[in-house]
Amino acid sequence: MNGWLGSNPASHSRVPWVLAIPATLALALVVLPVVGLLVRTDLSRLPSLLVTSSSLHALRLSLVTGALSTAACVLLGVPLAVVLARASIPGIRFLRSIVLLPLVLPPVVGGLALLYLLGRKGFLGILITSLTGQQIPFTTTAVVIAQTFVAMPFLVVSLEGALRGSGDRYEQVASTLGARPWTVFRRVTLPLLLPSIGSGVVLSFARALGEFGATITFAGSLEDVTRTLPLEVYTQAEVDVDSAVALALLLIVVAILVIAVARPRSWEGGLR
Amino acid sequence: MKKLALGLVTVALFAGACSSSDEPSTKTDAPSATAPAPKPGAAGSGATLTVYAAASLTESFTDLSKQFEAKHPGVSVKFSFAGSSTLVQQLTNGAKADVFASADQTNMDKAVQGGVIDGLAAPFATNKLTIAVAPGNPKGIKSFADLNRSGLTVVTCAAQVPCGSAAKKVEQSTGVTLKPASEESDVKQVLAKVQSGDADAGLVYVTDAKSAGGKVQGVDFPEASGAINTYPIAIVKGSAEAELAKEFEDFVKGPEGKAELNKVGFGTVEP
Amino acid sequence: MTLDARIELARGSFELSVEFGVPAGTVLALLGPNGSGKSTVLGCLAGLVAAQSAQVTLAGRTLAGDGVDLPPHTRGIGLLSQDALLFPHLSTMDNVAFAPRSAGASKRRSREVARTWLAEVDALELADRRPGQLSGGQAQRVAIARALAAEPELLLLDEPFAALDVDAAPAIRGLLRRVLRTGPTTVLVTHDPLDALALADHVAVMADGRIVERGPTRAVLSAPRTAFTARIAGLNLVAGTAVDDGIRTADGQVVAGIPAADVALGEPAVAVFPPSAVAVYPHDGEHQGSPRNTAGAVVSALEPHGPVIRVRVTGTGWAHGVTADLTPAAVAELALEPGSAVTLSVKAVSVAVHPSVQPS
Repeated sequence: MNGWLGSNPASHSRVPWVLAIPATLALALVVLPVVGLLVRTDLSRLPSLLVTSSSLHALRLSLVTGALSTAACVLLGVPLAVVLARASIPGIRFLRSIVLLPLVLPPVVGGLALLYLLGRKGFLGILITSLTGQQIPFTTTAVVIAQTFVAMPFLVVSLEGALRGSGDRYEQVASTLGARPWTVFRRVTLPLLLPSIGSGVVLSFARALGEFGATITFAGSLEDVTRTLPLEVYTQAEVDVDSAVALALLLIVVAILVIAVARPRSWEGGLR
Repeated sequence: MKKLALGLVTVALFAGACSSSDEPSTKTDAPSATAPAPKPGAAGSGATLTVYAAASLTESFTDLSKQFEAKHPGVSVKFSFAGSSTLVQQLTNGAKADVFASADQTNMDKAVQGGVIDGLAAPFATNKLTIAVAPGNPKGIKSFADLNRSGLTVVTCAAQVPCGSAAKKVEQSTGVTLKPASEESDVKQVLAKVQSGDADAGLVYVTDAKSAGGKVQGVDFPEASGAINTYPIAIVKGSAEAELAKEFEDFVKGPEGKAELNKVGFGTVEP
Repeated sequence: MTLDARIELARGSFELSVEFGVPAGTVLALLGPNGSGKSTVLGCLAGLVAAQSAQVTLAGRTLAGDGVDLPPHTRGIGLLSQDALLFPHLSTMDNVAFAPRSAGASKRRSREVARTWLAEVDALELADRRPGQLSGGQAQRVAIARALAAEPELLLLDEPFAALDVDAAPAIRGLLRRVLRTGPTTVLVTHDPLDALALADHVAVMADGRIVERGPTRAVLSAPRTAFTARIAGLNLVAGTAVDDGIRTADGQVVAGIPAADVALGEPAVAVFPPSAVAVYPHDGEHQGSPRNTAGAVVSALEPHGPVIRVRVTGTGWAHGVTADLTPAAVAELALEPGSAVTLSVKAVSVAVHPSVQPS
């Protein structure tokens, strides 16, 4: 509806060339360390290093816990983002800042906090143990909880921004057409939010995949139970740096694959 | 213009603050007469000694450094405490240090292979394992074999870490294979889990159990003597304070060092 | 469904206090400049805007007031804004089917209903398109179908033509006229008196949060009782039936003008022209020339209107009640005074012919 504006730009770039310098530096900051890793790795050893049982266990564990925690982030984070963006309850601005806590806390401190809450002496831990007879620390569940704790703010913040930016005009129209609030959420809010949820999911999964400090402090480190790829890298780094680097590269490849697969749906086709 | 002036003032303040912390801390007041006569620092006043030491040496080396500084006015000792293998990584990748004290010979060998050690490393302390439990030993753990009792949550170091390799040696000599709930990469993490009550028992060093004070009780077991870690100390190649470093090394190996190390639970090495 | 509304609202320094009723099946236009509060009234009627006090009853059912404040989805209203706001992720068909579907109808049934309404607004061929592929006018058409598919008891139109271009607006206006003739009770908000003329039975003129004048549309606009309305309308209106090149009044006179695109021959229409387009000549009985719209009249009043003098005349036929703006010099030259006989002349090109609502 804008006519020629925004389509088929002429070959002259509309980006001021000055931006190229810091942009290149930024790109270098992200890419060059990985290149440094690659350059000093004995790539011929890579396959043998990656096929060990501890590496495969760590990979499986990372993928499973990452997927579970991302699912938890979506199930818990989408409603939270909608409430934060749309509800009008007193103190909502305070709540919006609270949600950022896990972003600011050093992951180890986060893990410690989870341990103090859900561990043997934590009040929730005692409650859960008395109700179910189970303990949470040192289990795979603890890994999922730790990952969800650090990754959820990414999803909530990006969703809340998208919701506030788009406003609730469509929701208002939908309610005048007779749709109850739940129907509005299901048929209007959620479908329009899908692109943002997609990119939020990618962010959360990537963060959960790389989570280390909270996991090791809260869940501990045991092969095939709690030792995810980052923890395995750390353990191997003590002994065999090449092994650690190989695992790190594996992590990077997994992350790139996830982003590449999810990208077409999440970063294209934003409906605004 | 106002903004520029404000900016310049801020920069000047920062520059002043930074430079003042680098300035040599000249101690003009002489120590009391009852203290031994101070030896001047090898490079005169203002020298900084950088020591990379294993995490388990934190308390003892910090205390020793204060004594060393008192003896060498104008010298300040700076530490980097971390896992031995992390320290070796940093040193081989160019970190600047003067002294390196490792928690086991394996890591010192790696440092030597990495070409960062000047001369020979010398052992100065030993450490052995103990079982850390809650004060009062509520679960009644008396031996290494007790750790395998069902229902106990036990935490150890990962095998790749010195305290973990020592634990593996004990497992081999006793024939008891542990089933820990977690294998930490750092002995302090093991201690922390026992302290917080989330683990019933953890395999830590005697020095760690002692450093926790009353929060943790150490249960010694005889097989630990079969898996002792020897701590070596050496001068880092390329150190700018080689003479001062040697003096520190001798200090650690000398009577004051031995006394301090024994106090926190290290065993001594006969020269 | 008769609507009765009394709304009071204060926001910052803006105060709104209105009270009005809309007889069942009729259209009320809320006419006023931007900032007069008309859209806020719609928001309160819809339940989307909170008011200090609001008493709204529709067909005897209380929507707001007496401790009741029904949420929008239970009020039985339909809302149309200047922005069609079609759901971007649904096809046109599914957009129109949204209301029946939300009410619980099956997918097939709601699509049938949607098809009916799309046909009603002449947009059936757009059924499978996405909103992004529609032009402004097409989208507004679909939006009308969507709102009506909800079978609302009260239809709220918030400046529906404001975002449409000059070509699209008349078509939509014509569509709304057709649909509203047998449609629900409607409140139309607009700043353009022509919209009120085309669609509304009654008009309420709003200024600064209050209704300053109300009544049947043509009466209010042609004989404004407040200076404000006059400024808004400021028009001469002659009613009649649309013919080829203008209108034919009840007594057979023809006023020539330029018909708008949505004028239908034989339908009621008004010829509209501003006082500045009326030329006044001394009455000499035989003035001819290019303007085709000439009539004799007698000056009834002279009103100063800023730099001009507004001359009001009486006469037979269409000239009765017409106003003409003249400079003081012209008035002096013609030696006009109440009772003077004059000839009025209006260039056909200055006369716009618009369809109007059947006089009730």
